[in-house]
Amino acid sequence: MSPRRFVSLRSFPGFSGVGVCLLLFLYLPLLVVVVYSFNANSIATVWTGFSVRWFEQVFASEPIRQALWNSLTVAAWSTATAVVVAVLAAVGFIGMRRRSSRFALALISAPLILPEIVLAIALLSLFAWVHVPLGIPAMILAHAVVGLPFALLPIHSRLAGADWTQFEAAADLGADEWRIFRRVTLPMLQPAIVSGAMLCFIVSMDNFVMSFFTSGPGSTTLPLYIWGALRVGLTPEINALSSLILIASIAVLVASHLLSRKKA
Amino acid sequence: MTRDGGRVRAREAFTPRRLRRSAWRRPGSGTVTLATPAVLIGALLVGAPLLLVIAYSFLSRASGGVGVDTPFTFDAWRRLVFEEDFQGELVFAPQYLQALWRSVWMAALTTFIAVVVAVPTAVWIATRTPRVRALLLLAVTIPFWTNTLIRTYAWMIMLNDQGVVNNTLRMLGLPPTALYPSVFATFIGLVYVFVPFMILPVYTSAMKFDYRLAEAAYDLGATRGRVVRRILLPSLRPGILAGSILVFIPCLGAFVQPTLLGGSKVDLIGTIIQRQFRDSMNWPFGAAISVALLCVTMMALLVFALGAKRLAAQGQRASLV
Repeated sequence: MSPRRFVSLRSFPGFSGVGVCLLLFLYLPLLVVVVYSFNANSIATVWTGFSVRWFEQVFASEPIRQALWNSLTVAAWSTATAVVVAVLAAVGFIGMRRRSSRFALALISAPLILPEIVLAIALLSLFAWVHVPLGIPAMILAHAVVGLPFALLPIHSRLAGADWTQFEAAADLGADEWRIFRRVTLPMLQPAIVSGAMLCFIVSMDNFVMSFFTSGPGSTTLPLYIWGALRVGLTPEINALSSLILIASIAVLVASHLLSRKKA
Repeated sequence: MTRDGGRVRAREAFTPRRLRRSAWRRPGSGTVTLATPAVLIGALLVGAPLLLVIAYSFLSRASGGVGVDTPFTFDAWRRLVFEEDFQGELVFAPQYLQALWRSVWMAALTTFIAVVVAVPTAVWIATRTPRVRALLLLAVTIPFWTNTLIRTYAWMIMLNDQGVVNNTLRMLGLPPTALYPSVFATFIGLVYVFVPFMILPVYTSAMKFDYRLAEAAYDLGATRGRVVRRILLPSLRPGILAGSILVFIPCLGAFVQPTLLGGSKVDLIGTIIQRQFRDSMNWPFGAAISVALLCVTMMALLVFALGAKRLAAQGQRASLV
């Protein structure tokens, strides 16, 4: 019998190599976008020298400012709608029959699973049928539909795992339903509400497909602006804008990660 | 009997149904009224629009192109399979069925590639120390929440004729190749955008893996390859199953990646739907294709449900959320 060598249980041959390569694969293209946004050349893909003129151009651009404003408007309103609806639903679901609350939850979560384009054209069809004009209000509704499951799932799971004696204690001490909701339920749900709202907001800011089908004249969001520019050709201005969006979203994600770690 | 009878009655008094029918509600639990807005959104903005799409697919094209018109017809569905030739006769024209098939095939291949790269990565992350693990996990979640459009656009810069990949090839003295727009570029874009959806569920499964099983297998003389194949992979099945659905379905309806990276060379179901609703303005036909896409989605979900049931019989739980 050959002597047995020591094998580490926690390592498998080649796995770390694949992992490192995949991380490089995920981040290299993003890095390239950021690097090329400092390119002096007006042809987006040919490197000639360092320059920040494209960033200056982005900050000075009126259409981009308008698109940013539209994105923020749609994201803020759809997030507010989704979070309020989600909190009410999470509390209401407890009073419902298990089967009907499950069915409602499945229907609301369907946008997570269905191909987004189908949902987008379905909403477009609905808006055309009931004569809702396309534009910011229609986009807010569409984004709220997509964002609702992202808001509902963390809130619902936190409430489902709640310690019910707290509520009973509050009731025994004479609190009415509204007081229990305000003084016990809401504080308990607060972290879930914050993370749900954040997910909702990010999903709305990034959303392209729903916006593409429900936008009207004058309601161009940032992703729609980028799409329009890409159809014309690669411009360094889009590089700079993309870098700014990337850096902003990575900063928000890292910040929320650090915050949640500090709390835990 | 009498002794038991009292106990049975006492237990019956607390059956969930009786509790629900009584006026008593658990403190802090809302009434059904509170869930109304959410249920309305689910019914009116998810359920009803999907039914409306099915209805639209049986109507005819509106004169202006936007919307539909009344005569009830099977034209849209007929167009999916047949087209009229010069004599006005219907001939079998499988171009749209081919596009549907191409979409299914591309989504399946993307899913397969995602499994192949995500499984080692997820296990690698799961076996790091908690500190490193949290960092790596953040690293794979960040792309998940960054803009899909920008991430697709990044590959337009990478694969361009003057792009990073071709410049690297030139530096190595290799001939530059036209990489974009192409089917290959579309594949790269799809894998790139959707691979995090595979890593995260597989990681969840890998965290539950009991490494004593691997130890036992090694003790019994198994080689490393055999441990991976026979011990590790079967424990990761719930994650792989859930991840496959989360990659396959969005890939199926993708239209950003084929439009930007495939150009006019890649006609997939998503790009066709987009054209029918925005450019060619044939809503009934677009609706018919969407219903076909929805059917494929349902079949994929059915396969998932069957797989989850089989895994449940073996004590493993696969879940999409």
